[in-house]
Order: sequence, then structure tokens, then C-alpha cells
Amino acid sequence: MLDLNSIKVGWFLGYRQIKRASLWTNLLIIIIMILTFLNLVVVSGLLVGLIEGAVVTIREHYISDIFISKLKEKNYIEDSQNIIATLQNIPGVSSFSPRYLVSGIIEANYQDRTDFNNLPEETAAIIAGIDFEKENAVTGLGSLIVEGEYLDNDDFDQVIVGAMLLDRYLDIDSPSFTVLRDVEIGSKIKLKIGDEAREVTVKGITRGKADEIDRRVFINDKQLRNMIGRSDLNVGEISIAVDDQYKPEFVRDVLLQNGFGRYARIQTFDEAQPKFIIDMKNTFALLGTIISSIGLIVAAITIFIVIFINAITRRKYIGIMKAIGTNGRSIELAYVFQSLIYAIVGSVIGLILVYVVLVPYFNGNPIDFPFSDGILVAPALVTMIRVCVLIVVTALAGYIPARIIVTKNTLDSILGRK
Amino acid sequence: MELIIKAKGIVKTFVDGEVETPVLKGIDLEIKRGEFLSIMGRSGAGKSTLIYQLGLLDEPTGGQIDINGTDTLALNWSKKTDFRLKYLGYVFQDYALVPELTAVENVALPLLMRGIQTNKALEKAREVLHTLELHQQVNNFPSQLSGGEQQRVSIARAIVDEPEIIFCDEPTANLDSLSARVVIDILKKLNKSGQTIVMVTHEDEYARQTDRIIKLADGLIESEEILTPAK
Repeated sequence: MLDLNSIKVGWFLGYRQIKRASLWTNLLIIIIMILTFLNLVVVSGLLVGLIEGAVVTIREHYISDIFISKLKEKNYIEDSQNIIATLQNIPGVSSFSPRYLVSGIIEANYQDRTDFNNLPEETAAIIAGIDFEKENAVTGLGSLIVEGEYLDNDDFDQVIVGAMLLDRYLDIDSPSFTVLRDVEIGSKIKLKIGDEAREVTVKGITRGKADEIDRRVFINDKQLRNMIGRSDLNVGEISIAVDDQYKPEFVRDVLLQNGFGRYARIQTFDEAQPKFIIDMKNTFALLGTIISSIGLIVAAITIFIVIFINAITRRKYIGIMKAIGTNGRSIELAYVFQSLIYAIVGSVIGLILVYVVLVPYFNGNPIDFPFSDGILVAPALVTMIRVCVLIVVTALAGYIPARIIVTKNTLDSILGRK
Repeated sequence: MELIIKAKGIVKTFVDGEVETPVLKGIDLEIKRGEFLSIMGRSGAGKSTLIYQLGLLDEPTGGQIDINGTDTLALNWSKKTDFRLKYLGYVFQDYALVPELTAVENVALPLLMRGIQTNKALEKAREVLHTLELHQQVNNFPSQLSGGEQQRVSIARAIVDEPEIIFCDEPTANLDSLSARVVIDILKKLNKSGQTIVMVTHEDEYARQTDRIIKLADGLIESEEILTPAK
């Protein structure tokens, strides 16, 4: 039975055993615990972070807090101007950006084309007509410019081209997925929408590692409206940023209560984010958990071996302590406390490393993956659960070998008999 | 005088596979409260085995051991541990001090197990070490003590919670003659104050300073010599 006195004596013995053990032994075990903790938190955190990076990009630079998109069977959001007018009066809406969307073709290097038997160098793209100031306020599109400059609302016949339309950024060689060669800042390209074609100048290249940004060409909304003859002012999508003190659900509900659900899909970010991203996130989290679990098992075995060797080499003293009346529970607890101290010290150092060093580092220097900027995702609650798992597993790994030795015959232990 | 240990027909046989080795073949022994008994015999006679049975560190194959009126063989291992803590103290040949505990912490251990507060236990342990003239060594680790000092710490640990009986398994075997004499003097002093002591020794000089000597041979009591008839 676990009584207070056994705990007290267990602590008395366990603490002193650690305090007076070899510094190198203690350091080695603590390093193992730190590495185990990092394996538990960082490996899965980075795997999830790869996807989380993409999620963050889509949220911050495309969908924002609320996303209004056209119904499947429509080409645009009907009654867009009414929605926009309502948005201006909903408390909590900090900014919003309506986008006119049309499918088009962009052609490059047509000036140098000499052989008209060959296909023109062109690719399909979504042409997005935006108010550059509003878009920047909601999605910070300007911050994604990797070459050239962002546009002003007065800039006509100039565009920002998504990086995934250019071979410099997407080195792909497939007839079904074409990219444009030799497009630089200042290059002239041709926008073709239906029968309409217009020559524009590339003023900037944007790269957000999301198709919705990088496979688009951004142009002044007024100019696009002129090109497509859109006089009804109906847009293709609207991204809405909501103040921190308001819940996105509140804004969504107000819009739905106004009956706009008939004309558009009105979703919060959680509802609007692509399902495959959620699936990928879950898959990567599972993968991370599997890898972490293997690490945890290895650490548990390591602790088991360390404590077992410690206990077996001290078997005689364990026998003596039992002989003079120390109960087995106290001795077992001494080893459990040792394991706990190692686990807690390792976890605390690991926590400091993760939250003071690694998370800020990866936030500042994301890992450059083709589809996202990988960050380290370590939510406090998940981390604390993992710390608890580590501590429990370590305590067990300390208890079992101690129990094996303690239950041996007292006299056999003292005399070193088998 | 009142009996504190009453052992009857103690048999101990070691079994290793199919080989059975009888070490104690039916020992009857009575020890009075306050007696200082020494057990002698040649190597392999069963001296240590007998003291382990009497001190409840081992389970005899047969027989009965009553200590302080309790049928100790009826106790389970957990109760035996409690019983040892309450009534018995041990001094081992190789001192058997816990290496990572200081002298005072080693001595305090039985008190802590009794539920005494750490500070008070350490204080009491310090006092006992003082009486054994170890006040300079209270914070030394066993490795920093001489053999004689370690054995005195071991005695301090055995007596700190005032047990009814102290079992000493060749307490002077690893000591030089001067240290051995100091240890025997301490044990005699304790006995004078009423402490029951059972000591295994192979040194006749020290056995002769006790109240009674029993000699074992081939697992049985070969002879008995009473040195202090008054007891």
C-alpha cells in the first residue's frame, strides 16, 4: 500500500541517490530524456508544421477569417453589392476584399515567335481582378511579392503574376501542366479572356506556396470588369478579416441571417479550408505520433536498463535496507522518484528549448518546402499531454526494474545469491 | 529471567536443483531478555544461517521461532519487515552501510521508516553517533570512514530505534584488533544497559566476554558454556 511515510522515505533515498550519483551518469540520462522529449514534440510538430504552414498561408493570404464563394452552379456571387454593403455595417469586420474571377490564358514570348506551326507559349490561369489596397489589408498579398513591386489601384495594364505560372519557380515538364519561360519583371504578356486579349506588363511576382495565390494573375478590378464587360459588379469571392474580439461565426451568422446564403457559400476558415489539408494534417499527426511513440519506447527501455543496472548493482544494499526495516514500497518509490526527476528535468529543459529556441527559430526561419513554409507546431495542451505521457512511461520504466529487485529474497540480496 | 527468543526444532535445508544441503538439523535454543549470547563454530557449521533464521532474514525449512511472544513464522514478508523494524537490529560483518547516504543518514533510516520527521530522525541519529564518539564523522560517507568507524555507524543504526534484540554477524571479522575491541566494548556496554544481543563470532577472545557461548557443529548445537551464571 502507498502510504505517506513510504513516499517520504522513497523521496529521501531517491533524491540522495541522484544527488550523489556520478555527474556524467545524471547528465547522460537527462540528455536522453531531453532528446526523447524533443523527439516526442519536435518530430510530430514539424510534420504537422509542414501542413500547418500551408494552412497558415491559406488562412492569412487567401481565405482569411470568413470566405464567401460562389455557389457551384453559378459563375459569380449574385447580389454581391448588397453583401458588400452589409459587410460595411457588420461590427467586427475589419476589412474585406472582393475578387472578380475569370478563367483565362496568359501568353508569353509572343513577340519573338517566328514559327507559327508550333503552339504559342501559353498557360491557363485564374485572372483575379482586385482592389489592391483592400486585398493587401485582408491578405497581405503585397508581402508575398518576391520580385518587382505590388500594384496600386491606379496601375492599369500591369499585373502581378503567381510564381507557379513561371518555370523559374515551378520546374515542371508536362504537356498538361505548362509554365511560362523567360518572364521577368517588365516582360509583356498577353491576357486572353474569351475573345478578348490584352497586353499587360508584369510588375510583380507573388509567391505564397498555395495554388490559390500562385496560379493566379492579379489585375486591377476595374480593368478586369471592363475586359469582361461585368457591369453588375458581381464578384467571384470575398475574403473577410474579423477583429480579434469577434468570433468569425458571429459575422457568418449575420450574413446568413440576412439571407445571403441563397447567393453564396458563407464559411468560416475552419469550414472553408480544403478537406485534403485536414486529411493530410491528421495523417502527418498520426505519422508523427507513431515516430514519437517509437522514440518513447526506446527511451522507456533505456530508463528501464539504467534503473535495472543501478538496482541490480545495488541489490545488496536494497537487501540491507529491507533487513533493517525499510519496506519494499519505499525502495521502489526511490527509483520511481529518480526516474521522475530525470523525466521532469529533461522535459523542463526540452520545454525551454522548444518554446524559447525552436518555435521562435522556425517561425522566423521556416523550412522551405515546395508546398509550404514549414513551422514547428507545438500547442501547449498537446505538449503538456506528451510531457505527462513521458513522465508516466518513465516512472513505469523506473518502477518495474526496482520491483523486480525488491521482490527478491532479502537474504539472497544481501549475500548476492541467485 | 523472561525468554525473548524461543526457537524449537529449527531446520534449514538449501535446495539447488536436486541437491539438498541440510545446514541446520533441528536446533532448540532459548535466549533470555538482556542476555549477550555468542554463537561459535567452524566455517560451514551453520552459525550465520542460524542468526539469519532468528533475525527473520530467512525462512527456516522447519521449526518454530517465537520472539517476544510472537510466532514469527506465521508472519508474512511484509509483517516480518515491520517486525524487524520494531524489534530487531542488525550489525553485519561488512558494515552494510548504504554508500550514498552519510553516516547520520544511514543511522536515521530506521527512524524515518518508523514515521519520525526527517529533522528529528537526523537529530536523534546525530546524538547516537555522538555517544559512539563519531561526532566528527556524522556527515562523512561510508567510503570516507575507516572499517572501525563504519562498524560503529552500523551499530548506531542498529540501536538508534532501541530494538529489543541486536543480531551481530561477525561484527569484528573485518576489523583490526583495536577497532574490534572498541566494537566489543560498545556491545558490552549496550548489554549492560539491558540490550539483548546475539553475536556470531569465530574469535574465542570476544565470545568469552559474553554471557553464554553455544558452539555449532554440523548443523546442531555441539556444546553450551555459560559464562555469567547470574543471567
